[in-house]
Amino acid sequence: MKTWKHTIRNLAGAVALTLLHGTSIAADPLKMAWVYVGPVGDGGWTYAHDLGRKAAMAKLGDKIQTTIVESVPEGADAERVIRDLATKGNRIVFTTSFGYMEPTLKAAKSFPKAEFYHATGFKSDKNVTIYNSRMYEPAYLAGIIAGHVSKKGVLGFVASFPIPEVVRNINAYTMGARSVNPKITTKVVWVNTWYDPGKERQAAEALIGQGADVLLQNTDSSAVLQTAQDKGVNAFGWDSDMTAYAPKAHLASAIEVWGGYYTKVAEAALAGKPLKTTVWGGMKDGMNDLVSISAALSPEAKKAVAEKMTAIKSGKMMVFTGPIKGQDGSIKLAAGKSLTDKEIDSVNYYVEGVEGQLPK
Amino acid sequence: MSLQLPFRLIPRAQPSQRMLVVAPLLAVVLTLLVGLGIFAALGQNPLTAFRVFFIDPVSDIQGWSELLLKASPLCLIALGLAIGFRANIWNIGAEGQMYLGGIFATGLAIHFHETGGAWLLPAMIIAAAVGGALWAAITAALRAHLRTNEILVSLMLTYVADLLVKYLVYGPWQDPQSNNFPFTIQFGDDALFPLLASWSWLGFDTLLEGTRVNLSILMTLVAVPLAWLFMDRSFIGFQLSVAGLAPPAARYAGFSEKRLVWVALLLSGAAAGLAGVSEVAGPIGQLNDRWTPGYGFTAIIVASLGRLHVVGIVFAALLMALLYLGGEAAQIALQLPKAISQVFQGLLLMFLLGCDVLVNYRVERRRAALPVVQPVAAA
Repeated sequence: MKTWKHTIRNLAGAVALTLLHGTSIAADPLKMAWVYVGPVGDGGWTYAHDLGRKAAMAKLGDKIQTTIVESVPEGADAERVIRDLATKGNRIVFTTSFGYMEPTLKAAKSFPKAEFYHATGFKSDKNVTIYNSRMYEPAYLAGIIAGHVSKKGVLGFVASFPIPEVVRNINAYTMGARSVNPKITTKVVWVNTWYDPGKERQAAEALIGQGADVLLQNTDSSAVLQTAQDKGVNAFGWDSDMTAYAPKAHLASAIEVWGGYYTKVAEAALAGKPLKTTVWGGMKDGMNDLVSISAALSPEAKKAVAEKMTAIKSGKMMVFTGPIKGQDGSIKLAAGKSLTDKEIDSVNYYVEGVEGQLPK
Repeated sequence: MSLQLPFRLIPRAQPSQRMLVVAPLLAVVLTLLVGLGIFAALGQNPLTAFRVFFIDPVSDIQGWSELLLKASPLCLIALGLAIGFRANIWNIGAEGQMYLGGIFATGLAIHFHETGGAWLLPAMIIAAAVGGALWAAITAALRAHLRTNEILVSLMLTYVADLLVKYLVYGPWQDPQSNNFPFTIQFGDDALFPLLASWSWLGFDTLLEGTRVNLSILMTLVAVPLAWLFMDRSFIGFQLSVAGLAPPAARYAGFSEKRLVWVALLLSGAAAGLAGVSEVAGPIGQLNDRWTPGYGFTAIIVASLGRLHVVGIVFAALLMALLYLGGEAAQIALQLPKAISQVFQGLLLMFLLGCDVLVNYRVERRRAALPVVQPVAAA
């Protein structure tokens, strides 16, 4: 009998506690969700977004509750996942790959009360806001390092899709290198995927086989960097700090920093005024950076990078400033002028020094 | 010296007919049991995880809509493949034939984007079937007349088809407003399968509000009885079965192998083409370079899981679709890794093959083959 009473009393206590606890959190946490194109363990693009999510969680604690869905294909499945997340009460949904643009727009129409944020796209709507970071800035700085390090004067670039976002990074990397050594050329291999370590590795091997000795990639894994280390050449980390994957080959990492933005979006939504403006941030805004610069670089290289980095971070320097020449040497932009954001976002040509033909 | 296992497999003279039907069900049950163990190992309450994975995805009309949307193309392709598989004609390239279906349908959709009309969608459906069949015809011609291996040819043609899609969406068919991104314009309403929810009769509009399931599932609903009639009730279906079960008998009876190869490949190609149009003119509404999650390959599993039988394939397609949805639900609700749904697919296939072996073979213990050791005589 005694034990029964105990049990009942304990149960009652537990119920009361639960109720009290329930009332003590007056407001339910803001539910936020992320849709990822790769696995969180890709060590690059998706990993960087997840670091951003964790940063927002660390900052806002139990005010937000987050959910992720990884490796979501960019076809008909994406819309279902996005809808499902919105149905499950997520008020904020980040869709973090270009291929989610149409699915996000379609799903958003059915959930007018939720806010959708699409990374790297170009179409927005009442409740669809786009955000991206100017990765061409750290790509330019990486080019400066490559210009100092390359002995053969041939750089390699493992590229995903021939879209402006990637083309401008190839251009910036080449321009950075040619600001140091005007004879440098860049070879490009397209892999037509964001994340496929096998293909990325093959592309890196092909580039090294053609004489490239400093590689950069606009793909999501660390395969290019690791291949560079295996073959005794140098390369960079991309999207996340990849030093640990190949410390000998690693020159620096061009990283995305999403934590600040995700925190801002959450805070604005918590305050009842969701962010609706397109954000295209660069190093100046703390949305990306060049980090873990190798200690083995020559003093001139270190100095050159530091100077340009300060200039970019202070807003004094724009990467795409004339004179910019096309592949055939023709003037694309006169000296003293800078490309507008719209021009940067629709660039469809290689600059001088990039070899091969841009797939059309 | 070859490795000697303590057991060997002896073919059964007469495999149990009942077990042939029970084996897939047994495989499903075994998969679920191991699945419960995996959930527990991942620190989840197995029963909760089971509910999230297998029940929640179909606990509302939204879920059923998504299930049908996913199962429908899988079922369509698998039905086509089963026709050939029964005759040992292995079309592994349904994925590529599906691309061609998508390409042919898209060609019409964007060419008649401005003019359109009620005829456009039916024309796209026919074009898609023709496109898929034409792509399969390459394999058929090579196999029937040059005796090449249809597995390799059809598989390799998938990569060609993939590049063809890429060429089109990066090139002549690219949306001029796309900023060089690889996709076509969004199709007009005339070129899209209407949503079932857009029908007001039978109260579909209120029942299905907000769902994505569209009229394309009708193609599958029509294809199921037709496939049954063809495979199990027509003479050519009989010929295909005989050719698969007993090739010499088929030859002796005078069945033309060439004809069977052509029939099997054209039909499976057409079915895959139809699956293609159901995607591009369905939930996607455009052609882009990454529109398929590999239905053409998954359908091979569906066809084998369904025992190359129409009813089996319908259930297998639904189960496969449920595994996809469950995998997503498990990620969203329990934050389990995505790989879990692939683990389930793999387990299912492994158990099915394992059960198959035991249905067709019996296990016999090997007699000890070691020489008998003679006791050493005491000195």
